[in-house]
Amino acid sequence: MTSLAERLDRQLPTTTALVEVENLRVSFGDTEVVRGISFTARPGECLAIVGESGSGKSVTARTLVGLTGSNASVTADRLDLGGADLRHASERAWRRLRGRQVGFVLQDALVSLDQLRRVGDEVAEPLRLHGWGTRRSRPAKAIELLDAVGVPEPEVRARQRPYELSGGLRQRALIASAIALDPPLLIADEPTTALDVTVQAQVLDLLAAAKERGTSIILISHDLSVVARLADEVAVMREGEIVEYGAASQVLQEPRHEYTRMLLDAIPSEHTRGTRLTGSTARVRRPVDEGVPVLQARNLTKVFRGPDKVDRTVVDDVSFELFGGETLGIVGESGSGKTTLARMALAILRAEAGEVLLRGEPWTALTPGQRRPLRKQIGVVYQDPLSSFDPRWSVGRILTDALSTAAHPPSSQTEARQRAVRLLEQVGLGEHHLSAAPLRLSGGQRQRVAIARALAPEPSVIVCDEPASALDVSIQAQVLDLLTDLQDDLGVSYLFISHDLGVIHHMSDRILVMKDGRVVEHGSADDVFERPRHPYTRRLLTAVPRLRPA
Amino acid sequence: MIRRILSKVVASVAVVVAAASATFLAQLAVPGDRATALMNLQTGQDKKWTAQELAPLNAKYGFDDPIVVQYLHYVTGLFRGDLGTSYTQKRPVAEVIGGQLLPSVTLTVAALAVAWLLALGVTLLTVKRGRILSSLGSAWEALTASLPHYWVGVVLLVVFAVQLRVFPIIGGTSAWGTVLPVLTLAIPLAGFLGQVTRDEFTQVLEQPFVTTARTRGMSDLGVRLRHVLRHAVLPAITLSGWALGALISGAVIAENIFGRPGIGQVLVTAVNTRDLPTVSGIVLVVAAVYVVANLLVDLAYAVVDPRLAR
Amino acid sequence: MSALTLPSTTRVRLPSAGTVLALVVVVLVLVAAIAPGLLIDRSPTAIDLKATLQPPSWQHPFGTDDAGRDLLTRVIYGARQSLGIGLGATGLAFLIAIALGFTAALIGGVVDAVITRVLEVAFAFPALLLALLVIAVRGPSLATEIIAVGIGSAPGYARMVRGQVLAVRQAGFVEAAAALGHPRFAVIRRHLFPNAMRPLVAVVTLGVGQSIVWASGLSFLGLGVPPPSSEWGALLDAGRLHITSSWWLEILPGLVIVLVALSVTALGRTLQNRLGGASR
Repeated sequence: MTSLAERLDRQLPTTTALVEVENLRVSFGDTEVVRGISFTARPGECLAIVGESGSGKSVTARTLVGLTGSNASVTADRLDLGGADLRHASERAWRRLRGRQVGFVLQDALVSLDQLRRVGDEVAEPLRLHGWGTRRSRPAKAIELLDAVGVPEPEVRARQRPYELSGGLRQRALIASAIALDPPLLIADEPTTALDVTVQAQVLDLLAAAKERGTSIILISHDLSVVARLADEVAVMREGEIVEYGAASQVLQEPRHEYTRMLLDAIPSEHTRGTRLTGSTARVRRPVDEGVPVLQARNLTKVFRGPDKVDRTVVDDVSFELFGGETLGIVGESGSGKTTLARMALAILRAEAGEVLLRGEPWTALTPGQRRPLRKQIGVVYQDPLSSFDPRWSVGRILTDALSTAAHPPSSQTEARQRAVRLLEQVGLGEHHLSAAPLRLSGGQRQRVAIARALAPEPSVIVCDEPASALDVSIQAQVLDLLTDLQDDLGVSYLFISHDLGVIHHMSDRILVMKDGRVVEHGSADDVFERPRHPYTRRLLTAVPRLRPA
Repeated sequence: MIRRILSKVVASVAVVVAAASATFLAQLAVPGDRATALMNLQTGQDKKWTAQELAPLNAKYGFDDPIVVQYLHYVTGLFRGDLGTSYTQKRPVAEVIGGQLLPSVTLTVAALAVAWLLALGVTLLTVKRGRILSSLGSAWEALTASLPHYWVGVVLLVVFAVQLRVFPIIGGTSAWGTVLPVLTLAIPLAGFLGQVTRDEFTQVLEQPFVTTARTRGMSDLGVRLRHVLRHAVLPAITLSGWALGALISGAVIAENIFGRPGIGQVLVTAVNTRDLPTVSGIVLVVAAVYVVANLLVDLAYAVVDPRLAR
Repeated sequence: MSALTLPSTTRVRLPSAGTVLALVVVVLVLVAAIAPGLLIDRSPTAIDLKATLQPPSWQHPFGTDDAGRDLLTRVIYGARQSLGIGLGATGLAFLIAIALGFTAALIGGVVDAVITRVLEVAFAFPALLLALLVIAVRGPSLATEIIAVGIGSAPGYARMVRGQVLAVRQAGFVEAAAALGHPRFAVIRRHLFPNAMRPLVAVVTLGVGQSIVWASGLSFLGLGVPPPSSEWGALLDAGRLHITSSWWLEILPGLVIVLVALSVTALGRTLQNRLGGASR
């Protein structure tokens, strides 16, 4: 138990704790994934457990409902919920507790709700399981719950199935089912991951409302800025241990542990513009070449025909210019058409109208045969590098293959190998990676190989489609730093696509804000972020979770 | 929904017409002159016949007409229920098949039902229930799924009819005599359906929505029955159309082993005597049955998975 | 060569006991097919009228048939024809499947729609009926049996090939290769074809087992290779006359077919897991 003195020292409030965990250890076979952690959660407060993938945060959450799986061994000096010792709880005892004492919200309601059942039945399921009400009274209660979490037309929604609801409504329905029996503890495991930023803000507000009503919330997240909106206390986990634990204001503003500091520094935002994220040194930029744009789009339009035979305009009359050595950021929520735009710029997808010029010359207007020799001027880096590598190929073969498309392809095997090694060194890898299969590399290393491949033909533009979105924040920082370093060294231009406003602000010189296939705002990064003109941009910016007031 | 059903019906008619065209081409593809072959077949001789001798046959079957006319005649005949005339029995094919259809349909439908029951029983009892039970279940499925119908049939016959004398050797269409043929068809199919369902079941058990249900306090059995089962049977339902095809193939063999009347018997005899109109007729009838069955499978799927009814 | 970046991820997987057993069965069948004399020194046609329909014994492990011929010897000598039919039919089926599957997937549009529709119907249509139609047209013979089984099983494989090509075509690395400026044909040859064919190696193995079973089923109905062949299905057909008195004539050759089919399936699955595991 933490002593009162310690609590005062950590600026922790002294209310009676709802959850008290001491020296919790969880192992699967010989691997210990949670290594002796202790924490407390209090009514009306939110404890956030933050960490990167593999930190053990999700496993910790599951031990609190006894769902770590049969092959896990869990020990603790103390595992109390509302005064009850859960260390030796039977499966029956756990079942009585789940749903009634503890509500649990998982990420992405599309897969966390049963697609084949009606939303109302899903919401009412905890009621039924714990014998609340009758077969007749439960549907009404489900509608009431949906209404309470802000689902419009709850009677209609209750009869629909999860896939018929938008992402935000689904997530609300999932929360409604978790709080159906008004449990004193609500555990939310990455509840806003995969949601658009505006929807994410709404879901966080909902959790905040539950907190106001006195519910104790344990929020599991990889995202420190999301946590900042809700948490009273923050525990930072790394490799199964809590490295820093304290009041949210202290952990996020004056972090004491080096790892916390590194995590906070790694978050790209307006404050990190023009600096590197690792090491915080300033960038040495090359001047932007204001002559002929290296890539120019004129009135691009793309129409897709849906399975219902209805045409949808996915990209609508979009124009942009990208100059030498510059980064043009394209930001938008899911379905805004940004990836389609990128594919048209690459001339992989044909536009219905409009055209793209590459260094002032026709590009999309050419035939595929005419375009092929010019392809070396434009490279691409995808969000998921692994799927962009032929699974049979080694890193060396991937790079030498890319080198063969360069303006001056290597004339011998030895030269090809030397140039592949040079590329690897440019992206922070080494000769020993040549023989590796991409499958055996880490996510960050794979993305480095993908960048090396894009660089191989010495392009003047690289299209980056969410290049760091699938990575942990510390790895994301390294990849973004690599991209800016390469730009400063080589003067390459980036068409940089992301849903993350912080990343876009950090990376871009100029920004295009897209919504429903249209450009709603276009300007320099500072203009767009500090003097947004379009109401949508303003809405986006207020929804962005921030660590500190701007 | 109505549009979907309509387009399915149109596609089904197209399938039957395509099958008809295929069987028609097959009849043309028989090497040599059809009238000669027919004459040899009917008289039990093997010689060249004069044009005069063949004329009545050519006239009767329309072998002299242009192929397009023969084709149109054949297809329009089908819609009137005329499947042609058997070479060997000299009766309308429809009549030859007609009486044999019901026992075959009874056999296949019963086998499909039994197979589903067996598969669901074994899967529900053993999937992810400790290592031993799970491996026993999947070993049973792997073994039975790869057993050929004829071998299952012969083993059942030897053990239960010849040695133990529990069932008659030649069962006819009596209920008691139907047990072994049904099992012959159902056991391999159950293994197959079980494998598919088990794979899906194992995967669905790991899905987040299952975890969600558990966090609400649902028991393991509740999770399996209320959430997982419905998802897990989807792939097997999709495959039921195919399974029906496999059952019809198996029925031919099972009827043969147990001396059970049905189109299987007729078919084997017809193939042996190269009585193409009868073979074609059976192929067409099976095509029609198959098409109807697939419509039913589609409907069943839409009931279990409302996502398709959109 | 230099070390991989992540140690201990390349784990050597030892084959299971089942896989080893399956391998032994398959090797035995191969030996029987190539040089049956190595396994047994009897003649499959040696008639012994004093020892007809003998039940299994040490001298005749599988018993004897109605002409006193040793059944085990006949099974061993039948391997060549059975395996030949299995290989021939699978080969034919895959030739058809690859042609149709690639055509449909690469050309797309109406061509794809038509081929897919036809395949779907043919796939679900009872394969035995397709095979019987072929036999009715051509009359029973070895070639007919191969063609019948090949045509009967081709639609399933063709669907698989098409699905595989489509899946690989959607893969990121195909787009990445196009984005690098490689010509379409080179992308097909270097990425699409090898990656689409890779999982099919295992399917071919499974197919051989299936074909042997199918062919023996046709022979069982008396529609396969005419006597005096000792092809496994033909043995079954010949034994049916004596099923009420001499069970071994049916059960034992059938057991051999089941064992071979199971072994080939087991090997195919192992292959599938390994190849699949390497690609993803």
